[in-house]
Amino acid sequence: MQADKSIDCFGLMCPMPVIKAAQTVKKMQIGQVLEIVATDKGIKQDMPAWCKTTGNECLAIEDKGEDIKVYIKKTRE
Amino acid sequence: MAEKEKFTLVLFSGDLDKALAAFILATTAASMGMEVTMFFTFWGLNVIKRNEGSIKSRGIMRKMLNILNRGGSSRLKLSKFNMLGMGTWMMKKLMKQSQYPSIDEFIVMAKEMGIKMVPCSTSCGILGLPDDAFTDGVMNQAGAAFFLGQARESKTTLFI
Repeated sequence: MQADKSIDCFGLMCPMPVIKAAQTVKKMQIGQVLEIVATDKGIKQDMPAWCKTTGNECLAIEDKGEDIKVYIKKTRE
Repeated sequence: MAEKEKFTLVLFSGDLDKALAAFILATTAASMGMEVTMFFTFWGLNVIKRNEGSIKSRGIMRKMLNILNRGGSSRLKLSKFNMLGMGTWMMKKLMKQSQYPSIDEFIVMAKEMGIKMVPCSTSCGILGLPDDAFTDGVMNQAGAAFFLGQARESKTTLFI
């Protein structure tokens, strides 16, 4: 999947990937897609919950075993 | 945007592990766009005491208490398996190895995210803690009514 920005959260544990993602999304434009590369298993539940609460869109979650990629689209300020 | 959702928590405990849980939830809530207030009372005040210098308080009992119960984010202990500090030392080492932020770093993060950190005025009074006993960025002392005022407007409240 194509992303406008990517953050490396390799080895970081909850809630650091979520916090880093939130900080990055804040600086992005509406409509842009962020890719989060993480190893914390919780992120598969955390990012959808974060998106639901903040009103952004969780596009896809790819679990490749060693790392998990989450794609979110900024849909509101 | 509509009014922000609020999240309020009380940190009563001065244990490292419980403080960690409180800061994890507070910073995550802030990252989810919530307005967060952390209310520190009793032993929880140890978490936001500044690490450097001595704490000046009046009266022999309070002076003694603030020496024995010095506090400060770098002096917190685990609630279990402290083992004369060895357990705590190991836990801090493991956290560092896992690139996990320390309580100090969480406090800095909380400040940057605009989390309100409020010391309880009654506890400060009884334990003899002046305003300058706390780390920078901590707000003015407040009482139970302030906490309840925030709590009744919050969808989520916790007591840790």
